[in-house]
Amino acid sequence: MDMMGALLTQFAQMALVLGLAPLLTGLVRKVKARLQRRQGPPLLQPYRDLRRLFGKDVVMAENASWLFRGVPYVVFAITWVAASLIPTFATGLLFSWSGDLLVIIALFGGVRFAQALAGLDVGTSFGGIGASREVMIASLAEPAMVMIVFSVALIAGSTQLSTIAVFMQSDAVGLRVSLALALVALIIVAISENGRIPVDNPATHLELTMVHEAMVLEYSGRHLAMIDLAASLKLLAYASLIICLFLPFGLAGAASSPLDYAAGAGLWLVKLTGAGVLLSVSEMSIAKMRVFRVPNFLGAALMLALLGVLLLFVSRGM
Amino acid sequence: METVLIAILCLLLLGMIAAVTARMPIGRVLTYGGCLIVCLVILGTGLTSIAGPIQRLTLPLGLPGSGTHLRLDALASFFLVLTGLGGAGASLFAIGYGRHEEEPARVLPFYPVFLAGMNLVILADDAFTFLFAWELMSISSWALVMAQHREDGNAHAAFVYMLMAAFSGMTLLLAFGLLAGPSGNYAFDAIRAVSPSNGLASAALLLALIGTGAKAGLVPLHVWLPLAHPAAPSHVSALMSGVMTKIAIYGFVRIVFDLLPTPPWWFATIVLVLGGITAVLGVLHAMLERDMKRLLAFSTVENIGIVFVALGLALAFKANAFTTGVTLALTGAFFHALNHTVFKSLLFFGAGAVLNATGHRDLERLGGLIHRMPRTAVAVLVGCIAISALPPLNGFASEWLIFQAILLRPELPQWGPKLALPVDGALLALAAALAAACFVRAFGIAFLGRPRSPAAEQARETDIWSQAAMLIFAGLCLLGGILPGVVIDFLAPVLQALSGARIAPQVSDAWLTVAPITASRSSYNGLLVFLFISGSAVLTVAVIHRFASSGLRRAPPWDCGFPDPNPATQYTAASFDQPIRRVYGAVVFRTREKVDMPSPGDTRAASIAKTSHDTIWELAYAPIARLILAVATVLNLMQHLTIRRYLGFVFAALVILLVSLTLWQ
Repeated sequence: MDMMGALLTQFAQMALVLGLAPLLTGLVRKVKARLQRRQGPPLLQPYRDLRRLFGKDVVMAENASWLFRGVPYVVFAITWVAASLIPTFATGLLFSWSGDLLVIIALFGGVRFAQALAGLDVGTSFGGIGASREVMIASLAEPAMVMIVFSVALIAGSTQLSTIAVFMQSDAVGLRVSLALALVALIIVAISENGRIPVDNPATHLELTMVHEAMVLEYSGRHLAMIDLAASLKLLAYASLIICLFLPFGLAGAASSPLDYAAGAGLWLVKLTGAGVLLSVSEMSIAKMRVFRVPNFLGAALMLALLGVLLLFVSRGM
Repeated sequence: METVLIAILCLLLLGMIAAVTARMPIGRVLTYGGCLIVCLVILGTGLTSIAGPIQRLTLPLGLPGSGTHLRLDALASFFLVLTGLGGAGASLFAIGYGRHEEEPARVLPFYPVFLAGMNLVILADDAFTFLFAWELMSISSWALVMAQHREDGNAHAAFVYMLMAAFSGMTLLLAFGLLAGPSGNYAFDAIRAVSPSNGLASAALLLALIGTGAKAGLVPLHVWLPLAHPAAPSHVSALMSGVMTKIAIYGFVRIVFDLLPTPPWWFATIVLVLGGITAVLGVLHAMLERDMKRLLAFSTVENIGIVFVALGLALAFKANAFTTGVTLALTGAFFHALNHTVFKSLLFFGAGAVLNATGHRDLERLGGLIHRMPRTAVAVLVGCIAISALPPLNGFASEWLIFQAILLRPELPQWGPKLALPVDGALLALAAALAAACFVRAFGIAFLGRPRSPAAEQARETDIWSQAAMLIFAGLCLLGGILPGVVIDFLAPVLQALSGARIAPQVSDAWLTVAPITASRSSYNGLLVFLFISGSAVLTVAVIHRFASSGLRRAPPWDCGFPDPNPATQYTAASFDQPIRRVYGAVVFRTREKVDMPSPGDTRAASIAKTSHDTIWELAYAPIARLILAVATVLNLMQHLTIRRYLGFVFAALVILLVSLTLWQ
């Protein structure tokens, strides 16, 4: 029974993130539109888009290889696994020990690797430009992310997300400079990893500065749907990650009652909505950067996170 | 022990036979087939003897009075596994690949000797045997680098390699000389028994670091490696990158962890700093390289850096008697060395197969090979994912362990390691991210897209032997990645011998989860991650094809409405690395781009010129080369004198010597 319950919670989490991911994307779009005094698409529009795309045939370039066909599924599968490893409403889920925070980052790295390869597969200039810029951005974002993990892991004494979340809920945390630096860095990294303004603009095509959209330009039909769904999942995963690391209050424990789980899920939804609104507001208030200013932006994140880790190494007992 | 010795003798014998049979058609199969069998025997011995007792043997050979001491312990067994594995793979690959060799007589006789030399280094238990085998390894590999001596640059590469190999041998000779002391007892047992004074031990440590680092490709002693490794035939490149650099690491571990007493913390700091710089600089070079094999050689430099970071961690922990950290860091180092042997050999095999199929090593002339060389493409793709440290393959597992070792953050009282640890963490992360970028570029430009040259358009899949070697190694990448616990447990006897402790057994954990310290601290389960990913991917495919659309139409590429059939409009390797070149290269290599864009109406062609500088070569090596040239030019004046003047010089030298001797006494 115990095992069954644990399995059920784990599957509930997997279904929950998958089901809610397009909603978060829709929410961000809606709030953004309202802030621009537009009516905006309905909240459920992403679901309709997905259904429409799933129903369509795939039009694939003549010289596309098997890799091009496989990548959407791989991208979706890896993102889904990574998103289900991040605690959303409860810690200590059944599969949580199969990968720690470093594994989650590396899984997102794998997603990017696959997508960049797919961008190069057809041999068009747009695919190349997207892939090339994506890996440049990642080469700064990934080390920054690892440094953020270092800060958090050194304070919590673990890289295991569940353990960290439990620790962050406890009183032992206190106010720390390193954590503040890590939070700022994490927000910058999350923005760039999800291709949001000011690093990239998810709503644009045919713009010289596009990154992610250029990479997936050749995709259509169900393949495009998988990639869009994976992008929504990634946004949700990063939002959950920030929430789980820095606002973990209300997370249900390892073996809680269904009521606790429900409470945890409710709180998580509230926090997620807040994160979505904040993202929309920030996207509204800044302009997109030139590509070669992005390294400065991300370099700042890397330096902040590194500073946080150095502080932790140099000063004991803080 | 005897098995390995007989195997080494067999290899030497094979070398002699090859010298006779090299020109015959049977020579290739005989040599490589023989090497394959012998390497498998060595691999088997290494696998079985790692947990066994220490075996010793003394042969009445070598220096008079001391004899040749041989020893097979856990550390040696592990490295025998590496040589056996790498050698077997390279030999299997070469059975097919060697067919394309134009002058087999320049390769076949030296190949088994090279293998023999590497295995003998591992067995050696006295300084003389060690250095003899070390030089045997260097000389035979030098001959292999010179095998294709008519190609541009290969002679230069071999010359630089020879210089650096001699330099490395010399420093090791000095190190052993210092350790053996005035009594001159060169047996390792004797060296272990004496405890040298601080100054002596420090000097020996530094010399050992320089000597083995030069062989491994540690920055700034790496300059020969990207020249020499690609110059050799591809299966030899695989051996040099995949195995010989590990022999250098073996030398370092043997001297620093086994022969010498615990090194001081400042030495650990040096190793940490050099390792971190090596990792990042190596991968940056690789990222900007357009020659496929040179790219792989630079990536070897990167991986050597990663291993040295892990070894530096182990040294820092050892200096503070923090055994848990030592075992974790050393496990990471050895695991990564093993992984690098597997995936770098695989990638060099792939590069060799591409080179044979197209005649090109230049990325800008490849493209679209995934259609024409499907099996090679799969194997190389697996290698690229593994070397980019992405789960669930083996490269990630070892780097994960190294990160865990950094995160232990013990109470280190010294400022050196304290600062170096987090910075190295950042450098390792940077290297991993850049490695992923580098191999997206390498695979994407060579295997994806459209063919950039007629040769790439007409490429054919490689032969069955080469395919077998590549696919087996690709399988090993996956196995090592999803079953890291098995490898960690396998390494336990080595750590027991070196640090007196071991990591908790991993295989008994539920579902083969790896938890080096405790499960609540950190755990990784490659098997489950692999199963989750493949499970959800298969599930998704099934669901979508069942309930959603499954139709597929082929059409010309979309490319935002402006597709151009000319392959020259694709992204090239140089255009792919341009952002990285701008971001990092401007600082590290002082790269500059000069764009000449004619004004409207002007009909001359636009042009772009790139310049970059190899900072280390210009700062460290060019001045030495200039100095030697200047001295040689001056001394050149003395070359065309009469015999009387030469006699006069001799007489003058004699007088000066005698006078100074008299004055000194």
